[in-house]
Amino acid sequence: MYALLHVVLKEFFQLRQDKKMIPVMIVGPLVQLLALGYAANMDVNDIPMVLVDEDRTAASRDLANRFSGSGYFHLAGAEDTVDRIEPWLVEGRAQIALVIRRGYGAAVAGGRTAKVQVVADGTDANSAVVGLGYASRIVSGVGAGLLRAGIDRESHRLAALAGQGQSTVVGPGPRSVGQVELVPRVWYNPDLRSRWFYVPAVLAMVLMLVTMMLPSMAVVREKEIGTLEQISVTPLQSWQLILGKLVPYVVIGLVDMLLIVALARAVFGVPLRGSLLLLTFLTLLYVLNTLGLGLLVSTMVNTQQQAMMFSAFVLMVPMIYLSGLIFPIENMPQLFQIGSYGIPVRYYGNVIRGVFLKGSGIGVLWPDALALLGIGTTVLALASMRFRKSLD
Amino acid sequence: MSLRKVWAIAGKELRQASRDPLSLAMLLGVPTMMLVMYGYAINFDVRHVRLAVRDLDKSAASRDLVASFVNSTYFDQVADLAANADLERLTERRVARAILAIPEGYARDLEAGRVAKVQLILDGADANTATTVLGYASALIGAANARMFLASPAAERVNRSPIDYQPRVWYNPELRSTQFLVPGLVGFILMLTAVVSTALSVVREKERGTLEQLRVTSLRPSELIAGKVLPYLGISLTATAIILVAARLLFGVSVRGPYLDLFVATLIYLIGALGFGLLVSSFADTQAMAFQVAMVTSMLPAIFLSGFIFPIRSMPLAVQVLTYAVPARYFNVILRGVILKGAGLASYGRDVAFLVLYATAVMGVAYARLTRKEV
Repeated sequence: MYALLHVVLKEFFQLRQDKKMIPVMIVGPLVQLLALGYAANMDVNDIPMVLVDEDRTAASRDLANRFSGSGYFHLAGAEDTVDRIEPWLVEGRAQIALVIRRGYGAAVAGGRTAKVQVVADGTDANSAVVGLGYASRIVSGVGAGLLRAGIDRESHRLAALAGQGQSTVVGPGPRSVGQVELVPRVWYNPDLRSRWFYVPAVLAMVLMLVTMMLPSMAVVREKEIGTLEQISVTPLQSWQLILGKLVPYVVIGLVDMLLIVALARAVFGVPLRGSLLLLTFLTLLYVLNTLGLGLLVSTMVNTQQQAMMFSAFVLMVPMIYLSGLIFPIENMPQLFQIGSYGIPVRYYGNVIRGVFLKGSGIGVLWPDALALLGIGTTVLALASMRFRKSLD
Repeated sequence: MSLRKVWAIAGKELRQASRDPLSLAMLLGVPTMMLVMYGYAINFDVRHVRLAVRDLDKSAASRDLVASFVNSTYFDQVADLAANADLERLTERRVARAILAIPEGYARDLEAGRVAKVQLILDGADANTATTVLGYASALIGAANARMFLASPAAERVNRSPIDYQPRVWYNPELRSTQFLVPGLVGFILMLTAVVSTALSVVREKERGTLEQLRVTSLRPSELIAGKVLPYLGISLTATAIILVAARLLFGVSVRGPYLDLFVATLIYLIGALGFGLLVSSFADTQAMAFQVAMVTSMLPAIFLSGFIFPIRSMPLAVQVLTYAVPARYFNVILRGVILKGAGLASYGRDVAFLVLYATAVMGVAYARLTRKEV
């Protein structure tokens, strides 16, 4: 136990000697938090729009106003003819063009079909999909209004005819048409703020950085410098060495966790509805996984650069993207969906969202806890075995 | 500056890189891996939403409504709930993302021409998906209402389609995400290969003390810097070529604009990135530190603040201002233009000017710092 303490202290001293490293370990998480909290926002609004109104009637102006007044689009400019919109879209001054053809007003007034064209810049496919969705909602709203007005007019005419007894072929008298109203209720995040979704996810990423990548680099650094050889000939047992090297990173990881929880609440207003104690406990289970993977990486590579690149790009990036932490798993091909069961981040993602937003307790989260424990101990055991072999 | 000496340093650097095939393979393989991941697995459209239904009406009309949800292919019905079902349990355990609750008397209300209310409960923990799902549900309900309108006797006598809506999408008519992710990915990968590997290669020599040895040779600082930078310029250009070829073979994304313009833009961006790598190396003493700094100051902004995935216009104003200092922002605009819109650099003079400014400024500062320390 005493020996273990010394290794832990040595590791801490080493971290402290590298004076710039501690701030980096605090600043790194902060920047990630700010980036995901402020910048990661898939909401699309204020889409710049160029208007081509060839009709110039009250009806066409009304349609254009519905676009610019919707809050989704803002009028970036206007052109007289369609063939002049291309530079707007190429240079990115507008992402969408609303084209109202001549004769729109006359068609609307006469009950004929009026043409409305919308041209979207598809290079940013996501924004284009969302923008087209808004546009079609506005246009179909106008269309539904016209249709309803027409039907009402016609119903009244039929009713008037029936009332005068001039017609018996119309059948039963007019009645209003039943309508369905959707009453949505959103649980856990009633205002649908995407921030509440992204900010807790930072926890999973930062812990990967601090408890997977950094320890793997620290171990490889000793390999590179040759001090691992020196330590391996001391009476220190290998489990003491492993534990001693890893414990400091667990401590820093927990500090980062508290920091993120506090900032998520204070800066971004993300509530922690469940228990902090449970979150800490489950975070420790997750850290088993990240430490195990970090140690595993350190046994497979020889230089710090390899360790860093391997943990960042072969482990971190795919695990973040394919675990459902940011992108929903349901949309992935079957193969990826099955693969995601092997990624510990998947379970920790459930934990984070459960504890933060849903206030879930262990009664709900036990399957995730079990998975984290199972995968974590397996990986850590495997890594320790390999590590011991590499020392001999 | 003697070209022979620059060449010697570059050769040494390349030889060193080739002795570490794992790193080199990762530098060149990561772009393809990310492309495959982005292309196949990452998808913003939402389908197969797990839907639980609580139909208390059990009428033909209510079954119709449920069928219209399931047939839309956006929803998969996973449960049929009884009146006393514990709804919270379903969402908390993620059995269902959405619950459609149809009250008793639904069909009766519709028949009588009244408004029938149905409730949709959404798990808002994933706000993005929930927003999309809500949009789908509103559209489906709107369509159901339209059908009821058209079924009324008066509807036969009016024009059923008062508006002919013609949406057109330019440059990427099928709206495939890969098309727009490819340019962003190039910007991000170049940050990785250029900034990170340059910074690490200098700091590694610092750590091992070999930089000291180089310092006492007859090499001039400019020769040393040029020699250090050149190999990574080559590796980064190779990585770009790999992405473009892979994007074409795997996803059919082809470059529509002139290759020369693409090359020039990439070169300017790369010089800035390499300069930034040198700048980082002048601050950091260890590789771990260099990597952390490079990641926070170049890779994260290239993902989050460049418009690569998240639209800049949706960010708070202060963050939007910050994005003007991110070179990847300009590079993305140019690359999307050249690759997808078939435009040339001439359309993006402002963006090119900024990249040039950035490259000269960063290279200048990095050079000054490294020579002052007599590297």
